[in-house]
Amino acid sequence: MMKGNFIDNLPKVYGIYTGGFIAFIIIMAIGEQMGMTSKAIGICFVAFTVAIYAIIGYMSRTMAADAYYVAGRQVPTVFNGMATAADWMSGASFVAMAGGIYFKGYGYMALLVGWTGGYVLVASLLAPYLRKFGCYTVPDFIGTRYGGNVSRLMAVIVLTVASFTYVTAQINATGTIASVALDIPFQYAVYVGLVSILLCSMLGGMRGVTWTQVAQYIVLIIAYLLPVFWISNKMGAGFFPHFMLADEVARIGELEQQFGFVKNSAADLANVPKGLAGITKAHSAVNATPWAFISLALAMMMGTASLPHVMMRYFTTPSVKAARKSVGWSLFFIFLLYSSAPMLATLSKLSLIDPTLSTGIIGKSIAEVQAIDWYQNWNQANLMFVSDFNGNGTLELNEFFMGGKAVVLATPEIAGLPYVISGLVAAGGMAAAMSTADGLILAIANALSHDLYYKIIDPKAETAKRLVVARVLLVVIGFAGATIAAMEIQGILGSVIWAFDFAMSGLFFPLVLGVWWKRANKEGAIAGMALGLISGTAYLVWVRTGGSGFLGITQLTFGIFGSAVSLVSMVVVSLITSEPSAATQKMVDEVRVPSGKTILGKQH
Amino acid sequence: MSKQAQHWEKTRGLLMMTLAIWFVFSIGIFLFGAEMESVTGPFGYPLTYWFTCQGSLGIFVILIFWFANRQEKIDEEFGFSEREDD
Repeated sequence: MMKGNFIDNLPKVYGIYTGGFIAFIIIMAIGEQMGMTSKAIGICFVAFTVAIYAIIGYMSRTMAADAYYVAGRQVPTVFNGMATAADWMSGASFVAMAGGIYFKGYGYMALLVGWTGGYVLVASLLAPYLRKFGCYTVPDFIGTRYGGNVSRLMAVIVLTVASFTYVTAQINATGTIASVALDIPFQYAVYVGLVSILLCSMLGGMRGVTWTQVAQYIVLIIAYLLPVFWISNKMGAGFFPHFMLADEVARIGELEQQFGFVKNSAADLANVPKGLAGITKAHSAVNATPWAFISLALAMMMGTASLPHVMMRYFTTPSVKAARKSVGWSLFFIFLLYSSAPMLATLSKLSLIDPTLSTGIIGKSIAEVQAIDWYQNWNQANLMFVSDFNGNGTLELNEFFMGGKAVVLATPEIAGLPYVISGLVAAGGMAAAMSTADGLILAIANALSHDLYYKIIDPKAETAKRLVVARVLLVVIGFAGATIAAMEIQGILGSVIWAFDFAMSGLFFPLVLGVWWKRANKEGAIAGMALGLISGTAYLVWVRTGGSGFLGITQLTFGIFGSAVSLVSMVVVSLITSEPSAATQKMVDEVRVPSGKTILGKQH
Repeated sequence: MSKQAQHWEKTRGLLMMTLAIWFVFSIGIFLFGAEMESVTGPFGYPLTYWFTCQGSLGIFVILIFWFANRQEKIDEEFGFSEREDD
């Protein structure tokens, strides 16, 4: 395939791809009618989509540094938006977000606001300027703007800590989905997931990841939206759920009043399998204090603007102008999924708890519920549980428990959709987790190969050697991540949120002030990164080991403390040390205007 | 004042305006989450709920495109926009 033509033909190529994928869904649906087993359908969906990504990854192979690191800087605005959306929306967004909304309501919605609002900061404070800089990686910017190997190394450390925390969660998610869809034990499924991830990124680097991420976005958005619309129509809730679910939201409120939130005793809860939860919080009513909501949203917004795997997507656009517009497109494509998650949570909850619906189980007898097919399936998968705590033989709201993942994974089955939809959802979840893992592993490997190996250890290395080192690191980091994921230390969502906090503690202010404050110097940046990361981590450890915390900052928002320390130390240290050289100040001036050459050359 | 300084002053002004709007819809309104709850918002959803599901998110999308267009105008005004062959 010719490269120049490929860029021009993108709409056609992905149009055919989308058509092919829809045809595949239809073939599977026909297969189901003709008696294909659900297991075979699940395997086909995951195997078929992963094979496509691998082919794209192979076709994008390259030996040129700028293609490997920044996809040749020729990714068109809209396609970069799709790739960023896939890069951004992880297994957590896809599988766990609707579940979080389902169980926690308003308090959890802070994540939706935070994970979208952060893009305003990306667009206005950072992305266009970093694109003008012409860097390959985020530490590349820090190292050149502030100068010196120490600042570069500090940026590599913060990047690695944040991204690695994030990537284990994503490999964990690919493993979970692969183990369910392919019916193999989780410990092996993790490595199946890893190999799929590496197939996309190893040969083509950023170029391979870009074009697979666009393909993955198309799969994941179809897989998310199709069931939401289908369920809504099937329930008669409305043709376009986003605009038509007000009655359903109100009805849930009524039912909550009617049932009341009964608190279970600790002894009763001890029988509930780990990881499952009951409905204990209001669905749409405000159930968190303003500060709890705002602090979580703020932490996620600043974290968004500091996460390197997102920032580096904007290094691939053809111009500064395109980088800005591309952020808007990214958020638009993210918005399509995020605005659907609350609708899915609403539909899922109402179909389960409304006694007047045929799918409703609250108020039925326990024995009756235990005899339902889907209940037995998901109970076996350890994602659903009922128990007659009060011994009256009837299922009450407080006696029904579900895993967070079940909202996305089980709702199609509960609503009576054909199994082909469940297969599609598995493929979508796999796409979401794979695309994010790819972006993260690549961000770490690129920082280590470009900034640590090439810029610090061996500046004379030839391009071919550099790219071999980059690929070796990619595999090593992937395996390290998979090994930790296989140990199943933390949950998916918790570690994702930590990653944001780590990133904002160490990188937010050094990045932003690098563009917006000329007086910021090397010493200040090093202090900001080091003290920010250390104090944030110390706060996390303190709260985790029983510390009480202060100002309502929890283990999910420790980045607020870390970044405040980072800001203060960066400003104070910058001001008591000498101002940056005239050359550096001139460099900052040049970064601030879009026209002219990039600061770093095309090959560096 | 040099052309570049003027350009930067306008750019900073746009940034402040963008961040002000961002602040209102990401932080400001949620100070009054409980107060807005009884108000009926678009499509009949409770107003606070609507903002968290769609409102703030959609406003951010529009805000970024608006910002990008304004910034392009500023760049053009001072002759700092990129040549097509850059």
